[in-house]
Amino acid sequence: MNKIWLIIKREYLSRVRKKTFILSTILTPLLFVGLIVAVTVISVKNVDKEKIAVVDNGGYFKGQLEGSKAVSFEFKPGVDSVNYKSKGYTAILYTPSENSNRYRLISQKQMGMIAASNVEKTINRSLEDNVLRSKYNIDLKQLDSLRKNAAKAELDQAIKEKGSAIQKGNSELAYGIGYASAFLIYITLFIYGTMVMRGVMEEKTNRIAEVMVSSVKPFQLMMGKIIGIGAVGLTQFLIWIVLIISLSAAAGAIFSQETLQQAQDASQQIQTGSAMMGNTAATQFSQIKETLGSANWFLIIGCFLFYFLFGYLFYASLFAAVGSAVNEDPQDAQSLLLPITMPIIISIVIMINAITNPAGSLATWSSLIPFCSPIVMMARIPFGVPGTVPYWQLGLSMLLLFGGFVVTTWLSAKIYRVGILMYGKKVTWKEMWKWTFRKN
Amino acid sequence: MHLLELRNLQKYYATQKAVDDISFNVEEGSIFGLLGPNGAGKTTLLRMITGIFYPDQGEIIFNGRKFDALNDILYIGYMPEERGLYKKMKIGEQALYLAQLKGLSRADAMVKVKYWFQRMGMESWWNKKVEDLSKGMSQKLQFVITVLHDPKLIILDEPFSGLDPVNANLIKDEIFNLAQNGSTIIFSTHRMEQVEEICDHIILINQGKKILDGTVNNVKQEFKENIFNIQLSDVPDNISSAAFEVIKRQENSLTVKIHNDSRSNDVLQYFLHHSTIVGFNEILPSLNDIFIRLVDGTKATRQFQTIEQ
Repeated sequence: MNKIWLIIKREYLSRVRKKTFILSTILTPLLFVGLIVAVTVISVKNVDKEKIAVVDNGGYFKGQLEGSKAVSFEFKPGVDSVNYKSKGYTAILYTPSENSNRYRLISQKQMGMIAASNVEKTINRSLEDNVLRSKYNIDLKQLDSLRKNAAKAELDQAIKEKGSAIQKGNSELAYGIGYASAFLIYITLFIYGTMVMRGVMEEKTNRIAEVMVSSVKPFQLMMGKIIGIGAVGLTQFLIWIVLIISLSAAAGAIFSQETLQQAQDASQQIQTGSAMMGNTAATQFSQIKETLGSANWFLIIGCFLFYFLFGYLFYASLFAAVGSAVNEDPQDAQSLLLPITMPIIISIVIMINAITNPAGSLATWSSLIPFCSPIVMMARIPFGVPGTVPYWQLGLSMLLLFGGFVVTTWLSAKIYRVGILMYGKKVTWKEMWKWTFRKN
Repeated sequence: MHLLELRNLQKYYATQKAVDDISFNVEEGSIFGLLGPNGAGKTTLLRMITGIFYPDQGEIIFNGRKFDALNDILYIGYMPEERGLYKKMKIGEQALYLAQLKGLSRADAMVKVKYWFQRMGMESWWNKKVEDLSKGMSQKLQFVITVLHDPKLIILDEPFSGLDPVNANLIKDEIFNLAQNGSTIIFSTHRMEQVEEICDHIILINQGKKILDGTVNNVKQEFKENIFNIQLSDVPDNISSAAFEVIKRQENSLTVKIHNDSRSNDVLQYFLHHSTIVGFNEILPSLNDIFIRLVDGTKATRQFQTIEQ
């Protein structure tokens, strides 16, 4: 036990002290949050102001087209489609006349999305106002207060029907959390699994393995490495969780109410484009903040750590076995890896299907089988325990995963013990299978 | 007392009898040479002694008791033929780590590592990485790591390969020193001149079987061919005697082979009358010759065969 502890310590420290570990651990969340902030800020700041000349044929709109941050309207006579540019306008708008009931917007360049939809909205709004005023005799002030009331009513409704409204948000949130955590497990299985494999290969090709196994049992060496690297993974996650929490607090400060408002305005006008990501991120930020409280974070994080850890343990020993079987040639590793990477990739395919119906039979069954349960179960859990995932399923899944871990480790240890001292021979899966049943 | 006894050890692989019924004893405090051509089964044998492999048949008695790999490996230091260290790890740390894996506490390990580093002139290496060392340097480090924990039994597989004469001598002196202090050393090599110089006792294995076992002197006696060298003031032109034949003639000396039913005195007697004898000595075969003679007849490389288990 003492020896395995020594091995774990070495494996852990030698990796955690590496510059690449420190950099990737700190930079990944910084990069992630930084990207969102940057995109938001850019999309808010980068709205061009368009100055539009209006040729008001019907005389409807004079003094009624309100400008906004993105667009301003001017009603100067003597501007036409030939000279608008030299007079400093970016576009010219013709309102309907006798021979046409279409609005025409002429400009040299394609108007920005925001500006174009802004113009359309402004025209619609003032048309609406005009109709209301002339037909029902409502004045503008009344109209404004009516609008405010309407908006307020809407908001009140959302809060009153908190139960159902939040329910809707929650299922989207569950989808998001499930997807994210399943993918996170998928990626980390590969990253840390490969790390185990490379570590074993390093020991084998450096021939340190023989020195080591004259001091410790091969099983201790293998488990020490697996646990040490698993601890590295956990450390990385914990640092990420802390960083993300503190960064989102910081981001909350950066997304001041005003910026959020702008972003919201902007995003209402944008249909597509890359700026959308940042804007939706910013607007959803506040919504998510509201709904996040409704998720069962203790359960989700707890299950995540369990499935990360045991999913990793389940696969890591297989990666170690492959590492022990290959020689210097990395191509051998690739062909031997296929039977291990296939189930992981298949699980993510199953997950993508299962998450749309988290209580379906595909989801249920595949979240019990240890080969795919870490990924599929993690996608289901955010939908609710015991609502979507009954306790017995969760328990059975965990138990089977644990059992699977014991079995794969036992099998891998046998392959590992032979493989790590075997040189110069290309090993096939058939041979490795034989090793597992060889006595001693 | 025998520190190590091997009784009818067997280890079969799928295509080879790697070790086929080998028995021998190793005296405590002796330097024991394990010889054999490439692929004779030396490494497999050593791996069984170090507890890396279990024998299929037979048993190993270590220190008077049945070998218990789990505990007894703490008393064994093994330097494999293919040296191996963590390339990216700092040397001091690595030595400490490997010493601790041999059961030393951190404090003890520190004392030992410092002692050996000082002794071998390696103090300045502490914070370097293994990848910065030359081949000879890492060889030296590997030797230190092998003997750090004062093992009762030290197993060295080709300890001098890649070392310059100065460092080879340094290691050789350390080996003598360790033996003097009561450690038992098994070392395996193909370099026969080193064996003659260092070893008390040797065994030779070939194709998984032991074909020779004895002290260096006994082995030489056993394989002597009655060849003598006689130095003369002047060599007569015609030499003919029933007692011996000349196999090599030089300006002032002759190498002769004495026939089985004759004695060395017969040679001397013959030359007493024909010349003036300056010197006379027996030429014992070198281990190299013995090795080649024993191994040469067999196939140089082992053939794969099918073993029914």
